[in-house]
Amino acid sequence: MSALLQVRGLSHHYGQRIGCQDVSFDLRPGELLCIVGESGSGKSTLLKTAAAQLAPSAGSVRYRQRDGDWLELDELSEANRRRLAREEWGFVTQNPRDGLRLNVSAGANVAERLMALGMRNYGQLRDIARGWLERVEIDPSRIDDAPTAFSGGMQQRLQIARTLVTQPRLVFMDEPTAGLDVSVQARILDLLRRLVNELGLAAVMVTHDLAVARLLAARTMVMQGGRVVETGLTDQILDDPQHPYTQLLVSSVLTT
Amino acid sequence: MTAAALSGSAIAASATSPSPMLELRGLGKSFELHHQHGARLDVLDNVELTLHASECVVLSGPSGAGKSSLLRVIYGNYRPSRGAVRVRHDGDWLDLAEATPHQVLEVRRRTLGYVSQFLRVIPRVPALDIVAEPLIEAGLSTPEARQRASALLHRLNVPERLWQLPPGTFSGGEQQRVNIARGLIVSRPLLLLDEPTASLDADNRVVVAELLEEARAAGSAVLGIFHDEDMRDRVATRLFPMRPFQIA
Repeated sequence: MSALLQVRGLSHHYGQRIGCQDVSFDLRPGELLCIVGESGSGKSTLLKTAAAQLAPSAGSVRYRQRDGDWLELDELSEANRRRLAREEWGFVTQNPRDGLRLNVSAGANVAERLMALGMRNYGQLRDIARGWLERVEIDPSRIDDAPTAFSGGMQQRLQIARTLVTQPRLVFMDEPTAGLDVSVQARILDLLRRLVNELGLAAVMVTHDLAVARLLAARTMVMQGGRVVETGLTDQILDDPQHPYTQLLVSSVLTT
Repeated sequence: MTAAALSGSAIAASATSPSPMLELRGLGKSFELHHQHGARLDVLDNVELTLHASECVVLSGPSGAGKSSLLRVIYGNYRPSRGAVRVRHDGDWLDLAEATPHQVLEVRRRTLGYVSQFLRVIPRVPALDIVAEPLIEAGLSTPEARQRASALLHRLNVPERLWQLPPGTFSGGEQQRVNIARGLIVSRPLLLLDEPTASLDADNRVVVAELLEEARAAGSAVLGIFHDEDMRDRVATRLFPMRPFQIA
């Protein structure tokens, strides 16, 4: 099966400091890849650079479009990059407040990305928004409430609905369950797992939680100091870690 | 994958003349513990085994002989340190020790099944869906997958009132039966079983033994660990003795 995303030798530097360095990976359709590592290991920088939100200092990102043609992200105009992010990709931020528009209703948050794709029928937009609120387990009667009236877990589910409503082919997620209660986290992970399967999404997810990787991702990359130190099958990385840093990471997890 | 392949008829063709399905050659495994002063733990050395279609080989030997580790090395949870794990996948031989993660995932999806002793529960997912999931991944419709999952759970005497509940709160025996159902619902040509009947009563062990006999009749090759002697005598066509790896 052919890849959907090809990342080769990707680096992003903040001045002299390394954000991420020389990272390569392939992502296939329907596949969820986790990036794990401690705070400051470069996970989020890698995610944002792969998603073309940060400019690479070196390396390349290629994306295979619906029509089968490869796009070199580097060669795209800013307008085309934005079109791609709007029409074929999605991005879920750690803090839902960064990914939502807080001054418009929940329904408008979901419908907005569809409107950006040209859908104008109000009744239809409202029906789709209501359907998606239900799908992420938010009471549809709250369609006209502002997200500021929602709990953190609800806001995160709303952001997921807003991101997935356009049926993106590729989703980038930056710690989508960090900072949430464990019960809320389980609900969101279950939701993501189901939606990824149902919609056949490809996704790259950053997490510092190895249990999340075990639950969701068949493959995992481990980062330390901006570099990938180990990559492979998630169960192999967790059951038989090879790199000293991965061994430390795995042995530091509390088991209940 | 088609429904015909799932029912086992695709592998039945090879059942008439027992053909090798798995070849372990010079297989070894050592763990290097970087944070324990670089200690090295040797668990397997030079394992040689050929497993044929329709046979059930049971690993025997004392605790610490590396039986579970061997299954994990074959499945790929553990990375082999030396040697080859050759699997017949779609008619071709593939060395899992050299395979890419994507290749290993493909082999696990269609060729190689693994039933561990414990169910890894997924929060909030009902038992029925946990069992049906491998069928849906193999391309069956959700209603059909749920129907087959119901039949298998029924056969394993899991009470119907539990099917819509996540198995986190089930008893050990109930969880183990959900786990067996999930592991056996798709018929795969190669099955690895790590004490799947440890916490089952005699009646349910008989059901598992029958399921394994049916899998073998359909051409599956089985490699397993069974500590219970009755169970071992009933399912094994051959024993493979193992002993703790001697450190020179």
